[in-house]
Amino acid sequence: MDFNDTPEEAAFRAEARAFLQANAEPKAGSRPVLRQSGVDVEAVKRCKAWQAKKADAGFAGLTWPKRFGGKEASPILQVIYNQEEDDFVVPRGLYEIGLGMCIPTMMAYAKPEQLDRYVRPALRGEEVWCQLFSEPAGGSDLAALRTRAERDGDEWIVNGQKIWTSGAHLSDFGIIVVRTDPNVPKHEGLTFFFLDMKSPGIDIRPIHQMSGARHFNEVFFTDVRVPDGQRLGAVGQGWKVSLTTLMNERLAVGDVQRPEVDDLVELSRKVRIDGKPAIQNGAVRERIAEWHARSQGLKFTRFRTMTALSKGETPGPENSIHKLVNASKLQDIASYGLDLMGAGGLVVDDDLVEAYGMFQAALLSSPSSRIAGGSDEILRNIIAERVLGLPSDIRVDKNKPFNQVATGRR
Amino acid sequence: MNFDFSDDLKQLRDQARRFLSERCTPAVVRRSLDGEETYAADLWREIAEMGWIGAAIPEAFGGAGLGYEGLCVLAEEMGRAVAPVPFGSTAYLAAEAILTAGSDAQRREYLPKLADGSLIGCLALAEGNGNPEPSAIHARAVDGRLTGAKWPVPDGGVADIAVVVARDDSGQASLFVADLKNVRRHDLHTLDPTRNHARLDFDATPVERLGSGGWGAVQRVLDRAAILFAFEQVGGADACLQMAREYALERYAFGRPIGSFQAIKHKLADMYVALELARSNAYYGAWALGADATDLPLAAATARVSATEAFHLASKENIQTHGGIGFTWAVDCHLFYRRSKQLGLSIGSAPFWKDRLVDLLETRNAA
Repeated sequence: MDFNDTPEEAAFRAEARAFLQANAEPKAGSRPVLRQSGVDVEAVKRCKAWQAKKADAGFAGLTWPKRFGGKEASPILQVIYNQEEDDFVVPRGLYEIGLGMCIPTMMAYAKPEQLDRYVRPALRGEEVWCQLFSEPAGGSDLAALRTRAERDGDEWIVNGQKIWTSGAHLSDFGIIVVRTDPNVPKHEGLTFFFLDMKSPGIDIRPIHQMSGARHFNEVFFTDVRVPDGQRLGAVGQGWKVSLTTLMNERLAVGDVQRPEVDDLVELSRKVRIDGKPAIQNGAVRERIAEWHARSQGLKFTRFRTMTALSKGETPGPENSIHKLVNASKLQDIASYGLDLMGAGGLVVDDDLVEAYGMFQAALLSSPSSRIAGGSDEILRNIIAERVLGLPSDIRVDKNKPFNQVATGRR
Repeated sequence: MNFDFSDDLKQLRDQARRFLSERCTPAVVRRSLDGEETYAADLWREIAEMGWIGAAIPEAFGGAGLGYEGLCVLAEEMGRAVAPVPFGSTAYLAAEAILTAGSDAQRREYLPKLADGSLIGCLALAEGNGNPEPSAIHARAVDGRLTGAKWPVPDGGVADIAVVVARDDSGQASLFVADLKNVRRHDLHTLDPTRNHARLDFDATPVERLGSGGWGAVQRVLDRAAILFAFEQVGGADACLQMAREYALERYAFGRPIGSFQAIKHKLADMYVALELARSNAYYGAWALGADATDLPLAAATARVSATEAFHLASKENIQTHGGIGFTWAVDCHLFYRRSKQLGLSIGSAPFWKDRLVDLLETRNAA
């Protein structure tokens, strides 16, 4: 066992670091870079400028084919780049979905001339993409989606509603899965397209989240026309195409959010219990130790994944462990940190409270981490079914035509 | 980065797993459980012949010189098989104490015999209730003669020599080594009868001091052993998860395999998560042992906390998954449940290691 890069990896790490040092600010001190509450026009400009710079320097789309501006590099180099980038303050939040999920799906299913048209502008950040999957009736049960598309000559007419669409309001294009046949069982009646987000009939409304941010949207479709040439995969094969997209989602290992255990240790030194620093309290120490063990366990599980990547293996469903553990840990640490602050924990004022308000911010943002991108429950199902090989749940809707499946009020 | 065992060591692990699944069957474990033998002596001999006990002992002292990673993969398999042999006591505790604290002469005297199985070793640390700390040590060695009671001592009833933690002439808790031939001892009934435990009553027993270190030397032995025991715990937890999985696939209720119910699936997913976190922490411990890293104490405490939690969870939820049949003497669930507690209590329980972990975290963060 060793933690050393191979010579090739070390050389790449040095290159990446040199690029970042020359072009970005290192993260300073313990002040966290909190998620912006919404990406405004200025932030979009910063994101675009950074992405262009990164693409021009050859650090975007590292694993992609060379003909699309990629480097055909091993996924381990992508991990190494991400590790290095994590030490710097760079504008984020605009391209993760497009480059991580939409374009890889395009690469698997779009026509060569479409790839020539769309991939490079996406890579340079000139065009932004979003993913239109979830619906009010289809969250964890994505295949229960109801947005319809009906064929009209060389076009399809789309009507319905998508929800939780990150960055829809900033996007130029989107990938979408819709129902083209309600008379067959749910997985068989879906078809996949990409579309222009500026098409007439698309109405985007931001969702005001419980954290106060407005990052997600509802997207309404009223007689939106999509050319059949923008279909990805065969008619009725939309579910299969969706799985390609979701597979890429699972590969995007989530970065660690703060407060982390060290932040809690720091806080426990400052706040007091019974006149002594909280860190001297046995109950507090026990919790810190448990979270440290979880946190380190995840870190070293990541190292094991990196080792597998380094050997050319593809990480599988076992990767679900990262988000499953991280999301709850974040919520629990946030809540516990506030408990240690007592009444002061209620105050939301970054300059007045401990730890720049990161505990308060995480309390309100962390519920979404346990839901987005596969809820805790779905991740446990994935581990149980795809890692441990337990049977899937009995599905009462499995062989029924979709339009005969029972629905509730919500 | 190469955060995995080498192909050679994976082969050793597979070989150990095959061997133990044939020779350390539940029937063998149950001979100790039912008191027919104090430990599996035949199995122990075979294990010694294969060189496993001395896996991490340098060849110069009669070991196999496989290094600590080798001992770690073997430890995992010992845990998986709930092996009723004094492996940990001899290899992780006695041999390690002599190797890390002893003089060259002591190493030459004891290690070859421990490695080839002709001597069984143990660590006599506890004196009744409480976790390892200097103030809990009352046994005292004056002018090379040790007096005091040690209990429970894992494998104390079958060991030939004991590494003993006792106060020296100046009152400092230190390591000693004693021949147990003439020491009064009696076996104790414990939660885990598959492992021998005894009370040792030293009465002016001649002892040799191991090195000049005080409590630091004791803690060093515990830290290193914690990593090796973590691998046993990981092996045990993995066995429980596999048992629960197989049962969940075979057992039908309400017209379907119980493994298709989310209540069972999510339980098993949680066992898997705890196990994987523990395994990753143990791997880091293995690396720290091999590299003798400065980070070893924190790595050890982390591996220990993680593995104790994972084995406890897996062994109790394995019983739960089995339902009523899991509560019977005849089904093997309780072998793991017992061993989980035995391993969890033997070198300091979870609260002790959690407290130590935070101490080390504070020291590290202050640096």
